[in-house]
Amino acid sequence: MKGSRKASVLPGFGLSLGFTVLYLSLIVIIPLASVLIKTAGMSFTEFWAAVTNARVLAAYKLSFLTAFFAAAVNAVFGLLVAWVLVRYRFPGKRLIDSIVDLPFALPTAVAGIALTSIYAPTGWVGSLLEPLGLKIAYTPIGITIALVFIGLPFVVRTVQPVLQDLDKDVEEAAVMLGAYRWRTFRRVILPELIPPLLTGFALAFARGIGEYGSVVFISGNMPMRTEIAPLLIMTKLEQFDYAGATAIALVMLVISFSLLLLINYMQWRYSRRVQAG
Amino acid sequence: MKSKIYRTLILIAIIALLTACGSGGGNGSGNGPSTGSGGASSDAKQESLPPVELLNVSYDPTRELYEAYNELFAEYWLNEKGQKVTIKQSHGGSGKQARSVIDGLEADVVTLALGYDIDAIADAGLISPDWQSQFDLNSSPYTSTIVFLVREGNPKGIKDWDDLIKEGVEVITPNPKTSGGARWNYLAAWGYALKKSGGDEAYAQEFVKELFKHVPVLDSGARGATTTFVERKIGDVLLAWENEAFLSLKEFGEDQFDIVTPSLSILAEPPVAIVDKVVDKRGTREVAEAYLNYLYTEEAQKVIGENFYRPTLPSVAEQFKDVFVDVELLTIDDDFGGWRAAQEKHFADGGIFDQIYTPGS
Amino acid sequence: MAGAIHAHLSDAASDRPAHATESRGVRIALITVALLFLALIILLPLISVIVEALSQGWRVYVESITEKDALSALRLTLITAAIAVPLNTVFGIAAAWAIAKFKFRGKNVLITLIDLPFAVSPVISGLIFVLLFGAQGLLGPWLAAHDIKVIFALPGIVLATIFVTFPFVARELIPLMQTQGVQEEEAAATLGAKGWQIFWRVTLPNIKWGLLYGIILCNARAMGEFGAVSVVSGHIRGQTNTLPLHVEILYNEYQFTASFAVASLLVLLALVTLVVKAIVEWKSEQRSAGSEGGTG
Repeated sequence: MKGSRKASVLPGFGLSLGFTVLYLSLIVIIPLASVLIKTAGMSFTEFWAAVTNARVLAAYKLSFLTAFFAAAVNAVFGLLVAWVLVRYRFPGKRLIDSIVDLPFALPTAVAGIALTSIYAPTGWVGSLLEPLGLKIAYTPIGITIALVFIGLPFVVRTVQPVLQDLDKDVEEAAVMLGAYRWRTFRRVILPELIPPLLTGFALAFARGIGEYGSVVFISGNMPMRTEIAPLLIMTKLEQFDYAGATAIALVMLVISFSLLLLINYMQWRYSRRVQAG
Repeated sequence: MKSKIYRTLILIAIIALLTACGSGGGNGSGNGPSTGSGGASSDAKQESLPPVELLNVSYDPTRELYEAYNELFAEYWLNEKGQKVTIKQSHGGSGKQARSVIDGLEADVVTLALGYDIDAIADAGLISPDWQSQFDLNSSPYTSTIVFLVREGNPKGIKDWDDLIKEGVEVITPNPKTSGGARWNYLAAWGYALKKSGGDEAYAQEFVKELFKHVPVLDSGARGATTTFVERKIGDVLLAWENEAFLSLKEFGEDQFDIVTPSLSILAEPPVAIVDKVVDKRGTREVAEAYLNYLYTEEAQKVIGENFYRPTLPSVAEQFKDVFVDVELLTIDDDFGGWRAAQEKHFADGGIFDQIYTPGS
Repeated sequence: MAGAIHAHLSDAASDRPAHATESRGVRIALITVALLFLALIILLPLISVIVEALSQGWRVYVESITEKDALSALRLTLITAAIAVPLNTVFGIAAAWAIAKFKFRGKNVLITLIDLPFAVSPVISGLIFVLLFGAQGLLGPWLAAHDIKVIFALPGIVLATIFVTFPFVARELIPLMQTQGVQEEEAAATLGAKGWQIFWRVTLPNIKWGLLYGIILCNARAMGEFGAVSVVSGHIRGQTNTLPLHVEILYNEYQFTASFAVASLLVLLALVTLVVKAIVEWKSEQRSAGSEGGTG
């Protein structure tokens, strides 16, 4: 083990990395590999037919678009929430800060049922919007709202610490130089916030693509229109079509993994740049 | 070097301790229910037979039925054999439940929405292939049919299948791909259109296609669809199991909904079966068989009728003849060539149901 | 700087000179928009759960949550969390130690793999264990031969929960330990401290708040997981139903009030953990304010 890395005086590298890799393999990698093994039983044409079927493509498209929009909404509003929580004082701030974590804790099915009952045409908000001709539940908008709920903490919790540690001096210097507030924000603050925003966006996006529990209640599940990809996996399973289900699952897995890898790579590049500078 | 070994040992010890705590807690809970039943049986200690537990894996709309029936059977079995029997229930979508049994959920008996799902378990080798002949009446102790549930006073004037595809009528049904009940809905509509057109399949396909254009929300299960119709107040008509429609009246108030029986519907025969592999392993065949056979007795048939399933025993059916409207019923075997054929033609990937949602078809 | 990286609110950051903050009008506008957004997206669902739960009065509420099956679901949920959270905590510490304190190849891939369960659809998270341990699965025949039950029993539920909550502790600790660097530990090592001594005396005090935060989030998610557990549970009433599954069952039995009552119990558990978190942060702030002397 020595020589392959920069010698460190700290102990426990072999032990901690060994345990990490072992546990990771047992809990994550080996189980996920079973998806691969299952799909390996299909011929390539079967696999291709299963994952490029018109309905499956429509579901991918829906899952990706709604997850993307939800993550984008979260990037904007998550930044705003983080900003307000870090920078300003107002009553009840600590309580509000705690509530941001609620989507992590609330079972997704409960979230789905609650959101549906609020945004359905008979619900608190839905009934206000119905006369305006705006439908939320059972449309892609409803799916997006559920995903915004699920993804918000990812953005807030990645942006918050960075905002907190932002160097006050740089900002002050910008002010001294006569920059306006908005300009200071754009030129000085925002560049610092881009990496955590990206991470938060990616995590919210990746989570949104796969979300099931909260979405099925509010989506309406219409084939080609409001049917999400995870529901199709469920549908295939109901038909005892394991191979078809795992094929769709595999595509989603590969996409999620690439997305996360890309983000981690960008983060790594960024931190190197910062260190070098 | 020595310290490294020492550290490793400590870490292993910690992990072992954690897992031990974990599994210890797990065992504690695992013992929980059995000690519970052990304690309860102490009053019947002089009985020769130890208490027995059955797992009945069923589909969604039978919750109320089996809750009542399990009590009845437990009492009967205690009197008959002096043995205490506890029946555990698991409910969910029919297909999902069948899959769980295939994947290893140790059900002694399955009571599902359609024969196709039990066939799937039989294909996996857990149930003998001739299961349908092992109990009377195709192993279907109760039947049901598909009816329309409409809003009070029937404001859209819905009388029959043709009214469902009228301009401005919204129909609620679950997705036939994920819900057993919805497959009965779909087949009833198909059968009606086929009969009306004198056997023209192109017409029938056009009819179901038009019908599903009137569906604003496709829930994944029967209960979800009922909630959408009842709680969210979406749609003008709910295609539902007859028992679900009656239950909705009971749960949500008779002054809110009306039941409309169409001119033609389908005979839904939710079948029951013993999971041979499991009962042989657990030694519960006798009680499991008795459990299913008892469904055909007069007492049980009454409970069945009270829970809005159609009793099959003529004497009991007579008592409930005011509740259940007599209607011409198609059957899956005579009109659709059995479940496997119907599944293949309509609901398999690329089947007719998929085609009606394919753009441009 | 220690400890400041993780998400807690220090007052220092909100104390700003007038020229380096927005005008009062803009501040109020931003706060209003942020609060409105939170109200619409998060607070409203929370309130609706509580309103529904209490819609038939306290008596029905108490009856619903003390009913036999609800209690057995609560017990199962607590047991599951009690196994999953400590295991993930040990893992999280080990992973963060290896990743943050040492340089090695493939670190990015390793971090990504740790992140992966965040991004895997809950449906798939359950499915993989069925594919592995189900009767038709890869290990199914062997398990059946040895009469070991994994799925549709406690081990399966625990495994699915561990998978879903896998990244929380590690994800919290890795950036924290990375920014802390290795100087303190190296100094301790040079002074002759042994491995575990370094960890207990130097590292742990530095990371303990971040660690606690990770544990709390991990716990909250462990108790609330629905999708993955639903696939491996078998839904046997009073036996393999966790609280979130019990909510669904009640809902499907048209017992809406009882269903929301049980759901509110989960919200309550979540709020308790969140309150604990708030207290923890408040305390850590007091300490850091004391020790750092307000350098910010």
